[in-house]
Amino acid sequence: MEKIPILRMGEFLLVTIQIDMHDQLALKLQDDLSNAIQKNASRGVLIDISSLEMVDSFIGRMVADISGMGKILGAETILVGMQPAVAITLVELGLSLPGVATALNVERGMALLRRKIDADGADVVRY
Amino acid sequence: MSSDTKGESPLRSEHDIVLARQQVRRLTQELKFSLVDQTKMVTAASELARNALVYGRGGAMHWEVLQVESRTGLKLLFADQGPGIPNMELAMTDGWTSGKGLGMGLTGAKRLVNEFEIDSKVNGGTRVTITRWK
Repeated sequence: MEKIPILRMGEFLLVTIQIDMHDQLALKLQDDLSNAIQKNASRGVLIDISSLEMVDSFIGRMVADISGMGKILGAETILVGMQPAVAITLVELGLSLPGVATALNVERGMALLRRKIDADGADVVRY
Repeated sequence: MSSDTKGESPLRSEHDIVLARQQVRRLTQELKFSLVDQTKMVTAASELARNALVYGRGGAMHWEVLQVESRTGLKLLFADQGPGIPNMELAMTDGWTSGKGLGMGLTGAKRLVNEFEIDSKVNGGTRVTITRWK
């Protein structure tokens, strides 16, 4: 069965989408991620889409849903590595992904996640 | 470049949406569209293929390479035999959906191409034609 791997890196989760996903696979990733956030008490999720040559409204919605769901579970989501042609197309399509944080690459995304987590000082509440 | 100037791909399952996208990517690459234009056409095709499958209960994508004088273009027709669209004005409104989508499919696809035509009959299916010129 096809599956998109979710890597655990300390308190973060890293997902690298490297294939052209059909809709069910995108929905499965959404499910798997919410379970992984809960199981690992993750504080952040990085979704790397640098290999994706297209993001349509379905995938856009999945990303927005993951971000919203993650927030409720206590994890920040950052979308990283969007290709310029994909970004141009997404905006013209009418999806500006409000509420989804983005970064140019995994390294910057990771730095952004650390800042976000340090800034909200949630450790006090969490433990 | 392949000698075929027209063809068709079925839209019967979710996997067919992926295949339709890949077909449009291949065609736009062969026609040497810019990367942004390739991406726009592939994305529009993905939206319309999904519509044909989800709302139209399946159909087909017909493609044709156009050569008009010195202009080259790609025309795609998405045809389904579904229930049709009873209120076209509503269907062409950003954010409106009869299903579970975002309501960006039709209007979004229209913004991504140069020409857009839609023809729908209640109980007679929907046909959406899009063209993008190089």
